[in-house]
Amino acid sequence: MTASSPTSTPKLSCKHVWKLYGKGADQHLRNIDVAGQGAAEARDLAQSIRDEGGIVASTDVSFDVLPGEIFVIMGLSGSGKSTIVRCLSRLVEPTAGEILLDGEDLLKVSSKELIDIRRHKMGMVFQSFGLMPHLNVLENVAFPLKLQGLGDKERLERAKRVISLVGLEGRESSFPSQLSGGQQQRVGIARSLAVEPEVWFLDEPFSALDPLIRRQMQDEFLRLQQELHKSIVFITHDFLEALRIADRMAIMKDGAVVQIGRPVDLILNPVDDYVREFTKDVPWELILTAGDVASGNAPPAGIKEVPASTNVADLLPYLASHDSGVAVRKDDTLVHMTSQNVIAALASGVSDASAVKD
Amino acid sequence: MDSSSDRSLVVWLAVTVLVAICVVFAKNLGPLVIYPDALVLPVTDPMNTAMRWFVVTFGWFFKAISWLLDWPILLAKSLLHAVPWAAWFVLWIYLALRAGGRGLAIFTAISLMYMVTFGFWSQSMNSFALVVVSIPMAVALGFALGTWGFLSDRAYRIIMPILDLMQTVPAFAYLLPILLLFGFGTTVGLVASILFAFPPMVRNTIVGLRGVPDEVIESGLMSGATPSQLFWRVRVPTAQRQILLGVNQTTMASLSMVIIASIIGGTNDIGWEVLSTMRKAQFGESLLAGIVIALMAMVLDRITWGFAVQSSPTKRGAAGWIICAVLFGAAWLLALLFPPFKDWPEAWVLNPAPAMNAGLEWIFVEFRTVLEAIKRAALFYLMLPIKIGLSQAVSPFTWGFAMTPAVTTGYSLIVAAVAAYFSFKGKLLPALWVILFALVLYSGLTGLAWVALSAVIVALAWQAGGKNLALWALAGVAFLLLTGIWEPSVISLYLCGVGVLLSFIFGSAIGTWASENDTVSRMVRPVIDTLQTMPLFVILIPFVMVFKIGEFTALLAIIVYAIVPAIRYTEHGLRNLPHDVIEAATAIGTTPRQLLWQVKLPLAVPSIMLGLNQTIMFGISMLVITALVGTDDLGQQIYIGLGDGDFGVGMTAGIGMAIIAMIADRITQGFSQQIQARLGVKLNESL
Repeated sequence: MTASSPTSTPKLSCKHVWKLYGKGADQHLRNIDVAGQGAAEARDLAQSIRDEGGIVASTDVSFDVLPGEIFVIMGLSGSGKSTIVRCLSRLVEPTAGEILLDGEDLLKVSSKELIDIRRHKMGMVFQSFGLMPHLNVLENVAFPLKLQGLGDKERLERAKRVISLVGLEGRESSFPSQLSGGQQQRVGIARSLAVEPEVWFLDEPFSALDPLIRRQMQDEFLRLQQELHKSIVFITHDFLEALRIADRMAIMKDGAVVQIGRPVDLILNPVDDYVREFTKDVPWELILTAGDVASGNAPPAGIKEVPASTNVADLLPYLASHDSGVAVRKDDTLVHMTSQNVIAALASGVSDASAVKD
Repeated sequence: MDSSSDRSLVVWLAVTVLVAICVVFAKNLGPLVIYPDALVLPVTDPMNTAMRWFVVTFGWFFKAISWLLDWPILLAKSLLHAVPWAAWFVLWIYLALRAGGRGLAIFTAISLMYMVTFGFWSQSMNSFALVVVSIPMAVALGFALGTWGFLSDRAYRIIMPILDLMQTVPAFAYLLPILLLFGFGTTVGLVASILFAFPPMVRNTIVGLRGVPDEVIESGLMSGATPSQLFWRVRVPTAQRQILLGVNQTTMASLSMVIIASIIGGTNDIGWEVLSTMRKAQFGESLLAGIVIALMAMVLDRITWGFAVQSSPTKRGAAGWIICAVLFGAAWLLALLFPPFKDWPEAWVLNPAPAMNAGLEWIFVEFRTVLEAIKRAALFYLMLPIKIGLSQAVSPFTWGFAMTPAVTTGYSLIVAAVAAYFSFKGKLLPALWVILFALVLYSGLTGLAWVALSAVIVALAWQAGGKNLALWALAGVAFLLLTGIWEPSVISLYLCGVGVLLSFIFGSAIGTWASENDTVSRMVRPVIDTLQTMPLFVILIPFVMVFKIGEFTALLAIIVYAIVPAIRYTEHGLRNLPHDVIEAATAIGTTPRQLLWQVKLPLAVPSIMLGLNQTIMFGISMLVITALVGTDDLGQQIYIGLGDGDFGVGMTAGIGMAIIAMIADRITQGFSQQIQARLGVKLNESL
């Protein structure tokens, strides 16, 4: 799924970002080189600030968002994920660190330049939609363009284009209060896309929706992204949602990043019990691909060949009746995969193995 | 028993003993009973001197403003008169149609026809001219201050206490300084109306701007809004509904002040029509004119309210306006062709007033004994005992026996028995309160020594709000004593106290009934809505018609007005309890009666307490107006001050009234908060 190779330069970079609240919040980090300290030091520092009564919303958060990638930040409530996405757009002013957009530090630009960046390079979707109650769908979507002072004709034309992109044709003159939650969020999405942003922030966009609608919106979101290739930061508290849509994801806890990686990396190699806890309820066979579980061995000749991206779930019927397994094509080489490999991969996620012992 | 209730026991015991001593030895304590005149500070003369100096020195400034403000009034008046009523008719009905649909349009049409056919059009337009000029100024002022208070926390902390103060100062008291500064004329009404009407606009602006959801702000910011775009295109439109509710309240306040301002006379407006006919005892005429005010208030209220609550402006087309403009022109043309559509001929004016007066006369003659009996019963068995005490009120002529030593002993024994019953059950504090109440009832509020009454007030304040509130109450009481307005203050306390007590008892009973019975609720709702929009002195008219002037009339007017919040808050409190609690109680198997008494009412107490608070505030604002029917309380002092242009007298009485209002407000708020804290609930105060 990854659209670009890991070596490409990041579109957006979050480097050692701290956000403190409470009395004397600016004082704690005054003489500290946040970029120079290690992860353990940062953790200790956060703890000592908390002990002094400070509130630490973000602890030394660093990650890169590559061009055209969906980067998901997943965490439970209070983990600091909403704070960090607001730091990225400076809706919340970070206490320390750097936010680099195309290599330029956002924290150093003037408020005038910032407005300009928001007008042309950023779009954001909110959990409770954040629609203007006094404007109808068309006016809501055209609102950012109106603020830029765009002429009537071009403004409405562009607004209509994104409205049809999200499938809301015919509802242009409805007001937000007349729409369902799913429709309101389509308006929110259309509005954030109207300025044709390069970076797209989505803060729990589907969390306020019913499960069925949520699923449908996720599909449409993925379809949109295939067309648009934005660089995306997507916030969610739903691990399964993260797995479905992420190219790469970060898991946050208590304001700090616990682990960053592809969904499958997190599932196969969770760094600690906190991450493993999330992976428990995951239907692994839906996530894992043949390439993920295949052995390193060369396959015997003459068996069936499948691409590495094949879902394990799709192979299960075949593997059940063919002990010899399949040959998996990984880049240029072929590797062997049998039902034994699948069982081993699934077993790695079982933390309590006491039920049956050797 | 914890230490805080120990402490209150000691305090109330001390107060009870003090009151008992004052009652028993009333004749021997001299200056402790009746506050000596020698200790009154001569504040009124210096105040008058200072005011005179101020007027002489800065008078030109206010005269200049007055001259400037005369122009818009003149313009509004000539415009309102120049355009034929038929044309205004079209415009108003169109506005009503847009704001509230066909029902409101019909109501508006009937109201306007009433003004025309009963011959009140011209006077109504004179009053309305002031309202029309005052509303935009009050709205602009209120919006500006509200925005300032929203943007700056420091400004907020300065503005809010001033607003609190302004809203407790009785409307009459506003008039006096304005009258002295601006001189006689319509400007006084305008300035008073602006000053009286802008505070609700400030409050609603602040509440509205603060209530804009964070995500809406953030989405505005992410759309690249500059600070001024964020304010005008995101915050203000999102807060529009609340801000328009502010406009609605400002409109109502403005109208009511314009009417009250007629009291200074010299204007041929509708308020003056009511007042002057009332003074001449032409009650039919007075009532007819009063109805005009009530109709104006209702139409303005419903229209501004309608525009405020329209959720989404779906029908925005200009077509309606064009049709309206065409019809407006057509109506004007019609008026040019047929003069009655401009000036309703004198001969066509309906005047049922003489017939009404005759009918009233007939009622007096026929029901004289019944009316007298009602009035006497209330006076002898309720009002007088509280005012001058059982010791004075009980006489062979009224109660059928005298307060002989034997009767007094019997009274004491009954009280002692009740108190003993309470203390036996371990309720020592209520036992003390029974004794205290009995003592006060025996000597009456006016008969009670000032030392004793002050002690009771300060102790109440202490119980409700701790040491700070007690100190404030002490300072307030000291002001009333030192400025020599103690006696009229006590009369105010008595009149308002009785009125509030009765309003609260009846109001909470009706509110409870309405909360249990939808039919009752539907019937009560329009009545209290109407009473609340009615300018205060219209409410006086029917009572003064039937019961003539005097304290009883004042009491009835107070009750009818102050009952509104008692009903409203009780019903609201009982109907908006947490569902799960009611369901749990029902599941346990409570009978409806048990559910009401043991679950709903205790939980609704905070809301009912807020209702009491509002009942007191409504009672006080009506009390001041009842000075018109000849009470001898602080309101009368204000009225006298206004009549004589005596700044010192009027102002001290006005401040005194505000002090009483504020102390009563803080005490009831304090109790309400204590109960809220105990129940662990937080009330939204606005209703």
